[in-house]
Amino acid sequence: MSDKKLTFKKRLHILKHHYRGKKMAPAFNALHTFLFAPDETTHSGSHVRAADDLKRTMNTVIMALVPVLLFSMFNAGYQHFSAINGFPQEFSLMNDFLTWDNFWIGIIKVLPLVVVSYGVGLLVEFIFAVIKGHEVEEGYLVTGMLVPLIVPIDTPLWMLAVAVVFGVVIGKEVFGGTGMNILNPALTIRAFLFFAYPTWMSGDKVWVYEAVERAGGPDAISGETILGYLAQNKGAEMSYSVSDMFFGFIPGSVGETSAFLILLGGLFLIFSKIASWRIMLSAVIGSLVMGLIFNGVVDAGWIGETSKFYGLMSFDFWQHLIVGGLAFGIVYMATDPVTGAQTNRGKWFYGFFIGFLSVMIRVFNPAYPEGVFLAILLMNVFAPTIDHYVVRGNVKRRMKRLKNATILPKDSAGKANELHAETV
Amino acid sequence: MALLTKKDASLITDPLADNNPITIQVLGICSALAITAELKASIVMAVAVMFVLGLGNVVISLMRNVIPSKIRIIVQLIVVATLVIVVDQVLKAFAYELSKTLSVFVGLIITNCIIMGRFEAFALANGPWKSFLDGIGNSLGYGVILIIVGFFRELLGSGTLLGYKVLGDPIAKTGLYATGYENNGFMIIPPAALIVVGIIIWVQRSRNPALVEDN
Repeated sequence: MSDKKLTFKKRLHILKHHYRGKKMAPAFNALHTFLFAPDETTHSGSHVRAADDLKRTMNTVIMALVPVLLFSMFNAGYQHFSAINGFPQEFSLMNDFLTWDNFWIGIIKVLPLVVVSYGVGLLVEFIFAVIKGHEVEEGYLVTGMLVPLIVPIDTPLWMLAVAVVFGVVIGKEVFGGTGMNILNPALTIRAFLFFAYPTWMSGDKVWVYEAVERAGGPDAISGETILGYLAQNKGAEMSYSVSDMFFGFIPGSVGETSAFLILLGGLFLIFSKIASWRIMLSAVIGSLVMGLIFNGVVDAGWIGETSKFYGLMSFDFWQHLIVGGLAFGIVYMATDPVTGAQTNRGKWFYGFFIGFLSVMIRVFNPAYPEGVFLAILLMNVFAPTIDHYVVRGNVKRRMKRLKNATILPKDSAGKANELHAETV
Repeated sequence: MALLTKKDASLITDPLADNNPITIQVLGICSALAITAELKASIVMAVAVMFVLGLGNVVISLMRNVIPSKIRIIVQLIVVATLVIVVDQVLKAFAYELSKTLSVFVGLIITNCIIMGRFEAFALANGPWKSFLDGIGNSLGYGVILIIVGFFRELLGSGTLLGYKVLGDPIAKTGLYATGYENNGFMIIPPAALIVVGIIIWVQRSRNPALVEDN
């Protein structure tokens, strides 16, 4: 072995020392640590050796997202060809779904979304890291993967780029970067797209590849979502079975369709202790409760079949979980540890209202039959308030316990006041 | 400048930048959010506020020694209301369409915090000439922000400036629209003004760190 020949790794190490203290250092360090472990270790002091650092946490979430991404690439083609040729009479997974043709549509439509999302988002992160002179934070690794999965497949790439710049700068960097943001950046991007370019975010054309280009022509195709059908009271025209909905062979935003894979991803996140099962469970409960209320309203006869809410309100309460973005939102977005509630009791409230409000907005939103992203953003804003009251509640309960305590031999009230002054 | 002493000139120039009523004092935000979707409305609003604040400051300043301090707010309100009604009637007579766009916000100039603020803080304690300059300066500072916000919101939101289709025709797909560009619907709704004003505040404070408040 000759030491004269520099390996790529060595070159990077040398370059790193060369850049130390310079303005570009953070950008370079990020690249370097992304590829290799740093060549230096601390020589003194004691260290907590926890394996789950930020980078590993992010990677776990990405791992949970990969099956969803792969599925969405096949589904992109499956929806496209089914819209043209009609859905296959007898569905076979290998012959109709997992085909190279389907995957190819995924490669030309879904991969560019991923590339643009990561490219633009990381560029913004790098620029801010260089300006502010801190290390590049890993926060965008997950956001960059979530963003392409929650937009319609025909979203123009430049719109996505504009939205990513907006979401990362206004949603995250102005608050101080990763860990300081109030709103979930991926949902900020989604919300920006929704309000800025509503025609590309709703309707029956954007969910299937080529439906927009073919609109108005003789070979027009459409890919109305299930919620879209229901919002127009056309539930009877739908040809999707419950298993289609559960496994995800339906039109919708790129990665939101397969409740099955999202469920697996959610279980993976729960067992790796990355995401909070409290939030997921309470959000599921919340959506079921709201769905039951709506079903009850229909059963009681307060809403007739002519009502514009009939379609969505009479939809079986549990099926709300397997259509639209609810499952995806609950598993991957509501559980964001930065923007969600931090206290255990707070997580129950936070999750419950996400589920509850998602279904409520979904039914009542006049322009667009979906509300998961609005519900999560709203609860993001309320999360600190929820935590505040949970903490106050804890303090109050302990104060009471302290006042009633008999172990303090003298003047327990005085001690309590003293403690009260400390905690308030 | 021979016309203005240095001190007088600063009455006009200060509110334009380092003592801007919107970005530094954070006054008059409501109207800045409401009417800046179009550049034309922003300009008219800026002119209207300049008229009301300039004249109002002079009137209040002339009366400053005879207004009993207990009822000064009422007197100020009457002065503003009179001037605002003049503006409103002029708009209705000569620019009816525009007055419909501005709708209630012309009337709401009465409650614009900048106007009462300048009456209280400046006109009640200074002579008419200085008060006039102060009024013009502050309304210019207000107008500049309004026009910047209006410019970006109309350009990005509607693709027009003062009604002219500077980016091409979105329906016939000419100009920039031929490349697939689309108007940003987000810029039309009021929250966008909040974000644009926020970005202006951000830029201004990072250029001049002395403006950043301590926590």
